[in-house]
Amino acid sequence: MPAISREDVAHLAQLAHLEMSDTELEKMTGELGVIVDAIKSVSEAAGNDVPATSHPLPLVNVMREDVVGQTLTQEEALQNAPDAEDGRFKVPAILEGE
Amino acid sequence: MAHATEELVDFDEALDRYDPALGFEVHVELNTATKMFSDAPNAFGDVPNTNVTPVDLGLPGVLPVVNKKAVEYSIKIGLALNCQIAEYCRFARKNYFYPDTPKNFQTSQYDEPIAFDGWLDIELSDGEVFHVEIERAHMEEDAGKLTHMGTSGRIQGADFSLVDYNRAGVPLVEIVTKPILGAGKRAPELAKAYVAAIREIVKNLDVSDAKMERGNVRCDANVSLMPKGTTTLGTRTETKNVNSLRAVEHAVRFEIERHAAVLDSGEKIVQETRHWHEDTRTTTSGRPKSDADDYRYFPEPDLVPIVTTKEWIEELRAQLPEPLAERRKRLQADWGYADAEFRDVVNAGFLDAIEETIAAGASPAVARKWWMGEISRLAKNADVEPLDLGVTPATIIELNSLIEAKKINDKIARQVLEYVVAGEGRPTEIVEKRSLAVVNDDSALGAAIDDAMAAMPDVVAKIKDGKVQAIGALIGPVMKATRGQADAGRVREIVLEKLGVEG
Amino acid sequence: MNEIIKLSAADLAAKLRDGSVTSTQAVQAHLDRIAAVDGGDRGVHAFLHLNAEEALAVAAEVDAIRAAGGPEAEALHPLAGVPIAIKDLIVTKGQPTTAGSKFLEGWMSPYDATVIEKIRAAKLPMLGKTNLDEFAMGSSTEHSAYGDTRNPWDLDRIPGGSGGGSAAAVAAFEAPLALGTDTGGSIRQPGAVTGTVGVKPTYGGVSRYGAIAMASSLDQIGPVTRTVRDSALLHELIGGHDPKDSTSIDQPVAELAAAAEQGATGDLTGVRIGVIRELQGEGYDAGVQARFDESLQLLRSAGAEIVEVSCPNFEYALNAYYLIMPSEVSSNLAKFDGVRYGNRVLPAEGPMTIERVMGATRAAGFGDEVKRRIILGTYALSAGYYDAYYGSAQKVRTLIQRDFEAAFAQADVLVSPTSPVVAFPLGSKLDDPLAMYLNDVATIPANLAGIPGITVPGGLSENLPVGIQFLAPAHEDARLYRAGAALEKLLEDQWGGPLINQAPELAESSKEGVA
Repeated sequence: MPAISREDVAHLAQLAHLEMSDTELEKMTGELGVIVDAIKSVSEAAGNDVPATSHPLPLVNVMREDVVGQTLTQEEALQNAPDAEDGRFKVPAILEGE
Repeated sequence: MAHATEELVDFDEALDRYDPALGFEVHVELNTATKMFSDAPNAFGDVPNTNVTPVDLGLPGVLPVVNKKAVEYSIKIGLALNCQIAEYCRFARKNYFYPDTPKNFQTSQYDEPIAFDGWLDIELSDGEVFHVEIERAHMEEDAGKLTHMGTSGRIQGADFSLVDYNRAGVPLVEIVTKPILGAGKRAPELAKAYVAAIREIVKNLDVSDAKMERGNVRCDANVSLMPKGTTTLGTRTETKNVNSLRAVEHAVRFEIERHAAVLDSGEKIVQETRHWHEDTRTTTSGRPKSDADDYRYFPEPDLVPIVTTKEWIEELRAQLPEPLAERRKRLQADWGYADAEFRDVVNAGFLDAIEETIAAGASPAVARKWWMGEISRLAKNADVEPLDLGVTPATIIELNSLIEAKKINDKIARQVLEYVVAGEGRPTEIVEKRSLAVVNDDSALGAAIDDAMAAMPDVVAKIKDGKVQAIGALIGPVMKATRGQADAGRVREIVLEKLGVEG
Repeated sequence: MNEIIKLSAADLAAKLRDGSVTSTQAVQAHLDRIAAVDGGDRGVHAFLHLNAEEALAVAAEVDAIRAAGGPEAEALHPLAGVPIAIKDLIVTKGQPTTAGSKFLEGWMSPYDATVIEKIRAAKLPMLGKTNLDEFAMGSSTEHSAYGDTRNPWDLDRIPGGSGGGSAAAVAAFEAPLALGTDTGGSIRQPGAVTGTVGVKPTYGGVSRYGAIAMASSLDQIGPVTRTVRDSALLHELIGGHDPKDSTSIDQPVAELAAAAEQGATGDLTGVRIGVIRELQGEGYDAGVQARFDESLQLLRSAGAEIVEVSCPNFEYALNAYYLIMPSEVSSNLAKFDGVRYGNRVLPAEGPMTIERVMGATRAAGFGDEVKRRIILGTYALSAGYYDAYYGSAQKVRTLIQRDFEAAFAQADVLVSPTSPVVAFPLGSKLDDPLAMYLNDVATIPANLAGIPGITVPGGLSENLPVGIQFLAPAHEDARLYRAGAALEKLLEDQWGGPLINQAPELAESSKEGVA
């Protein structure tokens, strides 16, 4: 695997929606490099014949019946909202304005 | 970058030089009682943020639980699309941030869809059939509804947006085709017919309300062109949210014309999302595909795999309604319509309406006459869907019996129907209220006929000479005098009687 | 010190039943203890929030029911009226839930976690919410946004993590019972370094609904107590099937208290105990190894057959864990964006779009360790790296499960030190994430395999507690209680009482208690 660059980390931060200053990016690049170096041996541990395990226990088909349950009131739904208007959550513009 | 005003090439010219490839991703909202992963009601249009549980708001600590009915509906869709049903499949998280997505990931399926490798034969209006291959149908959840607030009401230039999560978590099945080649100039028609077929299928299965105008069925249309004689697929664009059958047809046509112009000028198609604008019937550039579309799919750890058994699938298969193609064959035979007549009925979407009308007691001919004739015309004038006019089989039965009893004639019946559509009541009430019953009173009619004959002695002379068809000239004035309520046949009889001429 | 607070939960419950102590007295005694030792500059600082009013109300209700007698009193849960502390990762109505993060400061859940519903139904007064590493990410509780928790054995040392608050509260006699969560050792490692008992149940044995997810396929809620029997009683209360958690096991909880009682006879005849070769030796403190070896001798003397087992793939367990866990973290924590809840922060400059507001909100709301794991997880899942990292780690998970299967073919339970080291000084590993990660080397394999584990006090090294870990096959949690209770009994016979009695007396740190 190629070494992790500052640009890589900037891209990851963007994917993860974490704003980072130049100093933070620098620091994170160093730390991530060290951690990844330490754990990358994982890719050599298992051969192609080993199946992946996504769930620790082999449960299947856990489903519920299609029956309506208890809902929140609008007040409960919005009680922790940073901003709300007209019974809805209010968010800043999605696209950049002119 | 996208052109400010798109250059277009004439459609026929474009397809003289290029072969189109189509692809569709159709999202179907299931009509289960509850959501995909929570027991909140699956209903929108209600008071905002009330059909939500902590799960639908993505509150800290919540976990999803799969709606069994939604899985069964998905399997039914897969079966109706001639798909294989996965013996084992998992849900996966599609990670991306957007304020209408409460967890900032969509719970979907990635490389293990519940249904795959299906097909559908799509018949166009003239009977030509295209074989469309279905790549997959997978389960996922809908997002909440964003309303953009600002002068434009659109996302561009909005000051802020408001989010209602009532729709968040509504069960969806996404049906994805393999690339559809060889449609040529019929590509726009095929696009429309394909989406119409999906809509009919899910409606027939009763797994979706299937109303496109309400977003129950939504289409993303992929279009690419390749120069004739080549076989490598061109770069495609994906036109999002094309939400009526007409729009599907127009969007595909527009993109073909636009792609051809770009390719003709030697430029490259940008792989991107396009937005459809119903008002101008054009698409505009959306977001280019980029590595920002790194969705980081991984198996959803909070949900366990679905394993289907043969018994379960056969139980669901047994619940499927009669397949549409078989039902059509049966109905056409029962009703005795000619191929072309029947196709017109199917294309107009009146199969159910006519079936109900006939079941209510009308003859196949009468049912067809009303739905394909007057009802279609009224709908077209009003620019609404014929089925939304409010005309019921009972209306037609009632109108027809009024005609058969000679209470009204065809012309009056058409007027009565307009009044029914305008909400004035049932046909019998309207005829009564508006005194529209045919004038069968021979003395009143006789006086009007006498007046007409006196005013047109030359016509009378012609009739006496045996030119019976000249009677037509008398009918107009008689109708005028009786405000249209005369029965034309009766007028003819009386005239011949008065002149002593054999009809 | 008020004698009530030194009672085990089982003993306190017995006194509540026979009327010699009221629940109100019990709750008040613990509130007094919290007021005395938790606050101030040198306080334990186990609690982030106190729920005194409600706790006293529940206690009064239990006392009234008991006083009235009759069927309602008969129907009370055995632990009714025994106070409990809740790790602040578990959501509660009426009390704030912060997950140790600035992001959720002041957040009030409109719903209760399933385990909280069970605790309410059984009428255990909730004393409050305990400190933790932010979103349970850490092994020292130093990553809490609300300050460090101190180890009651040495106030300059860490109480372990992430559940340092729950472990310290129980160790400092601020509560007889607490709830923890364990993703890679967050119940067991704090238990080990505070000289208390902690259990990570079989994955799916306790509902996760309402535990703020860190890594969904690894997380599990479990009991934090001072005795094995108390853990069994609390485990029986919180365990069982929950239709709101799709990964919940659809079986009744086993008879765990009975297993603990069986173990407390000190007889392990016929029990095969496997010593995991890879979880000892190099990297383990000499004192830890010595206590571990002594414990093995005791177990053998109690009739257990000690066998050595090898789990060769444990070599990769930590690495796999640090790919799977952050991957799930990166996705689970995406919801914290300041749209529906949380403290929204606007970017200092530039366009005010939702994307940038989310970025600024998350940057301000999350601490360094959380950010590190989100970035690491985003990397492990991203296009081009998935197969090498996340995919490979999932395969290692299979290998570790196979190692356990082979080991459990030879042994009924496995045993190892819980933590390779004793409690280290506050601040000593904060700048070295890798060194911090190594604390969980012995606890992580159980989470990867979904099997249950318990830590019991194993003595002291450098005057600090050492923990002994038992592991059992999935669904066989009862075996842990038998083996754990047996070792507890054998050691206490040697010590002349619980290890915790050897902890130094805590000075009164504050008259005010916590804020």
